[in-house]
Amino acid sequence: MSERTDRWRRIRRTTGTLLVVAALYEIVARSGYFPAVLLPTLPGVARTLFGLVTDGTMLWHAGYTLARVMIGFLLAVALGLPLGIWMARSRAVENFALPLASALMPIPSLAWVPVFILWFGLGDAVTVAIVFYAAMFPMLLNTWTGVRAVNPLWLRAAQAMGAKERALFWKVIIPGASPLIITGLRQAFVRSWIAVVGAEMLAASDWGLGWIIFDAKEFLNADVMLASLAVIGAIGYVFERLVFGSLERFTVLRWGMVRAVKA
Amino acid sequence: MAAHPASARGESRWRGLARTAFPFLVLAAIWEVLAHAGLFPPRLFPPVETIAAAFIRLTVSGILPHHAFDSVLRLLSGFALAAVAGVTIGIAMGRSQFAEDVFLPLVSIGAPIPGLAYAPLFLLWFGLGNVTAVLLVAFVSAFPVIYNTWTGVKAVKEIWVRAAQAMGADNRALFRLVILPGALPYILTGLRLGLAQAWRILVGVEMLAAVQWGLGWLIFGAREFLATDVMLAGIVAIALIGLALEKLVFQRIEEFTLVRWGMLT
Repeated sequence: MSERTDRWRRIRRTTGTLLVVAALYEIVARSGYFPAVLLPTLPGVARTLFGLVTDGTMLWHAGYTLARVMIGFLLAVALGLPLGIWMARSRAVENFALPLASALMPIPSLAWVPVFILWFGLGDAVTVAIVFYAAMFPMLLNTWTGVRAVNPLWLRAAQAMGAKERALFWKVIIPGASPLIITGLRQAFVRSWIAVVGAEMLAASDWGLGWIIFDAKEFLNADVMLASLAVIGAIGYVFERLVFGSLERFTVLRWGMVRAVKA
Repeated sequence: MAAHPASARGESRWRGLARTAFPFLVLAAIWEVLAHAGLFPPRLFPPVETIAAAFIRLTVSGILPHHAFDSVLRLLSGFALAAVAGVTIGIAMGRSQFAEDVFLPLVSIGAPIPGLAYAPLFLLWFGLGNVTAVLLVAFVSAFPVIYNTWTGVKAVKEIWVRAAQAMGADNRALFRLVILPGALPYILTGLRLGLAQAWRILVGVEMLAAVQWGLGWLIFGAREFLATDVMLAGIVAIALIGLALEKLVFQRIEEFTLVRWGMLT
């Protein structure tokens, strides 16, 4: 019962905060101290957002961005996951790939944008390559750590019970490494989502949420910017919480490999 | 292979070094072959020696160090702002229910938006240049600091607080002797994440904000002249700074928290 009142209080306070902040913003925006193009009023932003969504442009932008993220992210998973497992299983591969990975990892993916622009020209290839680069390392290193962290006792127990190499791999190693693999997927997605926005701003193509924000700057359309910020935040939130959150709930939480963290 | 036992250790260190160097040599060789094969124009795909020459030329003339210095300065000033603001807000959120209710919604809305998405807005508000770059770096790296500090203060065991209070600790002593040390491992983790975040965002910000000096700008500006060797030399400098951050700062902090508190996050 106290949990319920606690929850109500939290909801009340949250809405209270948001209303107060919105009201403050609105007062500043309407005070006329700052040019209206730089600080659009909230109804103005909402109208712009509504207009962009209903006439479909925002959906197209979001669609392009999502497609680029997905291609780059899936490529990174397709390469990072097997390579990470291989690294953890074989000494030679680890000795070869780990120094390279630790040297390339600290380079922010956006540093490659100008180079990739020269190599691939403006457009989708650059964005996808940047997303791939950003997502690759969290995927690779988490998988590697995950497989190495599989309890050796489980491996020996399975072997003692006569598990073949294949069964060992699918029944013990993969499930055992899954908490960190899922962490890797999640981190990789967050990184790709950050990278795609930056890459779209710099490697201007015609569509994409990053591009629309940057393009709006040229025309001083702060309302379009804020509207796209809202869309970017919403999509990122949906993926992070709903997609990866439920992936976690249905796999590792259900198997009891990690306990739910009370937020 | 009758190595004397005394040199066994020295030899294994050499072998370790050779093992680390080997993949880079292979990569450099592949790069060299591709660059000289003439498949790509050499301006766009310069051979290793050209990149090295550009790196040395820029370093000797002092251009590269100047760029690097400005980038690091920007990184540190942005991060310092984030650290002060983040730890303060985080502690307030952890200690006061009111502050938590006020700040938590704002943090949870602001954090998932990629930092660079704010860049055009900041450019519009604060103009091109240093102010925007530093503020954006600070803004973006503040989120992990706030979040971890808040978690850390929350994780301080209630029983320690009550024990200290029962022993007559006033608010200041309670804070300094119980809450701060208890939350410190989390705060350090938050600072580490914040600095890493700041580093990742900085290069992009420098490209967008058209600062005068800075590694991001060096790379982005070189695009106009198709100077791929300069770009790659700049990326090498970025990698070196990143590695230095990783080895000298992040790993130290991690070892420190790990050894002193025996925790692994």
